[in-house]
Amino acid sequence: MNPEQGKKDGWSWWYLLFLVQFVAVLWPPFYNEVEPTWAGMPFFYWYQLLWILIAAAITAGIYLVTRK
Amino acid sequence: MHDVNRVALVIFVLLFAFITWLGFAAAHWRNGDLDLLHEWGLAGRRFGTVVTWFLVGGDLYTAYTFVAVPALAFGAGAVAFFAVPYTIAVYPLLFLAFPRLWQGCHKHGYITTGDFVRGRFGNRWLALAITVTGIVATMPYIALQLVGIQVVLGGLGLSGTGLAADLPLIIAFLILAAFTYSSGLRAPASIAIVKDILIYITAFVAVIAIPIELGGFGRIFAAVPPAKLLLAPPGPNTTGSYGAYATLALGSAFALLLYPHSMTAILSANSGRAIRRNAALLPGYSFMLGLLALVGFFAIAAGVKGLPEFAAGFKQFGNNFAVPALFLHSFPSWFVGLAFAAIAIGALVPAAIMSIAAANLYTRNIHREFINRNPTDRQEAQMAKWVSLIVKLGALVFILFIPTQYAIYLQLLGGIWIIQTLPAVMIGAYTRWFNDWALLAGWAVGTFAGTWMAIAADLKPTYPVHIGGFTFPGYTALYTVILNIVAAAVLTVIVKALGTRRPAADETVATDYLLV
Repeated sequence: MNPEQGKKDGWSWWYLLFLVQFVAVLWPPFYNEVEPTWAGMPFFYWYQLLWILIAAAITAGIYLVTRK
Repeated sequence: MHDVNRVALVIFVLLFAFITWLGFAAAHWRNGDLDLLHEWGLAGRRFGTVVTWFLVGGDLYTAYTFVAVPALAFGAGAVAFFAVPYTIAVYPLLFLAFPRLWQGCHKHGYITTGDFVRGRFGNRWLALAITVTGIVATMPYIALQLVGIQVVLGGLGLSGTGLAADLPLIIAFLILAAFTYSSGLRAPASIAIVKDILIYITAFVAVIAIPIELGGFGRIFAAVPPAKLLLAPPGPNTTGSYGAYATLALGSAFALLLYPHSMTAILSANSGRAIRRNAALLPGYSFMLGLLALVGFFAIAAGVKGLPEFAAGFKQFGNNFAVPALFLHSFPSWFVGLAFAAIAIGALVPAAIMSIAAANLYTRNIHREFINRNPTDRQEAQMAKWVSLIVKLGALVFILFIPTQYAIYLQLLGGIWIIQTLPAVMIGAYTRWFNDWALLAGWAVGTFAGTWMAIAADLKPTYPVHIGGFTFPGYTALYTVILNIVAAAVLTVIVKALGTRRPAADETVATDYLLV
């Protein structure tokens, strides 16, 4: 990655990491299941709730590495 | 209906009185000259990361959301959880496109998407289409916020006949109108802080205390009918509920940030970086919304629908009464008052921002563009204040005299309409490759096709597209914005090949959009 390039057009290859969360939550066959349950909560629900946290962490990570 | 819940009502009124005072006092917060439109309508673009977090959170996660999403879970089950992938998909868009828009708008003093499109593409008619779409899509959204207030007022036992029945809602509305008029965006920003704290308290108490009372998540999910627990697996030759779920989430994410009230809250941040930080911090609200969606299942497990004391409420408000009923059933009166105040105040914040956003749009992109081209700053700000009142009055009249279902239908259509501004606004933040008239044609194609498809699908959000014996049920807004982009791109290529029109001047340059 060329930092000069990033500065010129505002693009960073790190942004591609965002695709991970899109794929993880926009493909229901991955998670439309009851098992494994967690504390009585079906997989469908806790998987998606967990991804809110993972996605926030990815976003924070991208913010930090692209800050300058 | 059951008797008035006195303790809850007292707490509710006290909290309401507090935020009324706060709304008026906010005029002096981060002092600015409220006779300037960007001070009244964008609070002078002075909000840092923390205030922006409260403001955007209070704005996007509306009271209606907190009532309607659990109500959908209560009635329809797993599909309501599309709100979770929806809010996950929003933040990359916020992170990538909106700091660019903020930079461009800040540099050139734009306060609305109409201003941006006018400056970027130099076409007042394209800007008018964007503006009218924004105002029309916002109106039913404001009306639905008032529905949120109505539901909790019903839950407090405030009912009657004729004018008396509507009086509490009218009072709430007058308070909202008065502090918005006097303090502009500072009012909802300050109230959002109180409202969000109340909402967080309510949500976390609800998801911890109620499951304990009901015997744990295992028992709760066991009470949910198996057909509602998961999405129905698609049959042969169709993407079925999977396609509908994913496209609803993705399309809603694209539409959300294009709403004028989203733009207003985002543009009031003090830097593009504050917006980026919020893309990582706002998921805190998404998590709460996800937990609140589960409250719809708690209501199933608690069996509130079968309890005689709630029969009248369900009759009047349908499944939207599920959450208020569960709170009344599970919480002591004082906490019910706090929770209901959180919902009602939670309706006022977005309603105020929406009316300010619509007022900014009318003032800048209709009045100034087509009626009085050279207003003084003072006239411009005064016009916006009056329009904010008219917009709210319109929403109130709508809710009082027209069936709620119409507002819900119009809000559905509003999502399909607002997403048609995506090529000009969101893609416009990256490139002005598209021809301005081609964008206008694409907007028209998307808007008409979307409206037609929604009506053909009996005003349901998804439309079954048939391709070669295969069916793809999906969110109409997403399908039609793709149509819009394709039409705009094809026409742009044709216009450029003919070479007959020189594009209008772009006020902005590429470096305006870069984060500094």
